[in-house]
Amino acid sequence: MQFDPTVDIDRFQILAIIGSISFIVFIVYLVRMKKLREDYSILWLFFGFSFLGVSIWRESLEYISHAMGIAYAPAAIFILLIMCLFMITIQFSIIISKQANQIIKLAQEIALLRQQLTKQSKTDDQHE
Amino acid sequence: MKLELSEFETQPETTRAYSKIAIIVPAFNEAGSIKDVLEDLNRVNPGHWDIIIVNDHSEDETLKFAQEYSHTIIELPINLGIGGCVQSGLLFAHRNGYDIAVQFDSDGQHVASEIKTLLWAMSESNADVVIGSRFIQSFEGQFKSSFFRRLGIKVIRLATKALTGSSIKDPTSGFRAFNVRAISLFAMNYPVHYPEPESLIKLHKNNLKVHEVSTLMNPRSTGESSIKQKAVFYMFNVLLGMMVTAMRPQKPNSEHAVRSDC
Repeated sequence: MQFDPTVDIDRFQILAIIGSISFIVFIVYLVRMKKLREDYSILWLFFGFSFLGVSIWRESLEYISHAMGIAYAPAAIFILLIMCLFMITIQFSIIISKQANQIIKLAQEIALLRQQLTKQSKTDDQHE
Repeated sequence: MKLELSEFETQPETTRAYSKIAIIVPAFNEAGSIKDVLEDLNRVNPGHWDIIIVNDHSEDETLKFAQEYSHTIIELPINLGIGGCVQSGLLFAHRNGYDIAVQFDSDGQHVASEIKTLLWAMSESNADVVIGSRFIQSFEGQFKSSFFRRLGIKVIRLATKALTGSSIKDPTSGFRAFNVRAISLFAMNYPVHYPEPESLIKLHKNNLKVHEVSTLMNPRSTGESSIKQKAVFYMFNVLLGMMVTAMRPQKPNSEHAVRSDC
């Protein structure tokens, strides 16, 4: 078997398209199975469709990198990817903060309910 | 000071105006001091103060010792930290229609007989929150604290002055009395980690009046303050929290009230 050193760019495009589609399908699957909430899937789906768009219309990357003033087009991919990851992690931080506040409220409600219960059982004992 | 206190004691009408008074005792791993603190409180309790112990999921025998008395105990199912712990007590006071809530720490720093000073100051000054300070007046010499602690409090004092315009001598003091307005404000929303300085800014933003009186304080009876090693971390967090609270847009309080009451 002869090894061809030249890179087959079309082959990678097909791979990228397949990868993007399977990514989108995976996200949709997670939402369908209720393993991922719709509101949290929006960002992921947006990224998935963006990757799909870029892999189908390859020249768009050239335009984007040109617009951003990046001479080497593939570098733009990394910047965009890092930005995507940043957005996702910030979203996680927001969700965690919100949940931390909710947990505090829940714990306080439980504590007050518990107190009411013990108070009630004490007065019940006195009546008997 | 002595004279004023005795005046307060001989005037039952001033105490009758505040019929429901809750003494909130937040406790986290205070088995070493909780007994003395509760004994101290029982000694000065004129009878109509309800003592409410908020156990912040202690891992030691705090709860067992607290249960030896017939006080109300609020048991948090998870550890929330001082902010969430005190807030639970304020939420209890809010729901049960208390007129005044006094925060009284369980580490033995606060002196029970000084609660009367707070209550007296509250009725005299018409303030929404009264802070028991260890720095005003001649008590300064009696309460000895380390140089770095004093420096830290000075910085927080400056930040408080800059952000609220009022000079509070002891912004980190947890010895405080809250009236109905302050209780309902903090029952809904209270700072989580280092609540004392932050809450001052919240009070200022909600146009609540703060008054400060000098009170006696004991040096810590059990253990050293954990603030020492984490001083820089603590200062950073307090100042950050204060600035964020100052920048935060005002939320209408009615919305919170509706949401929590249902």
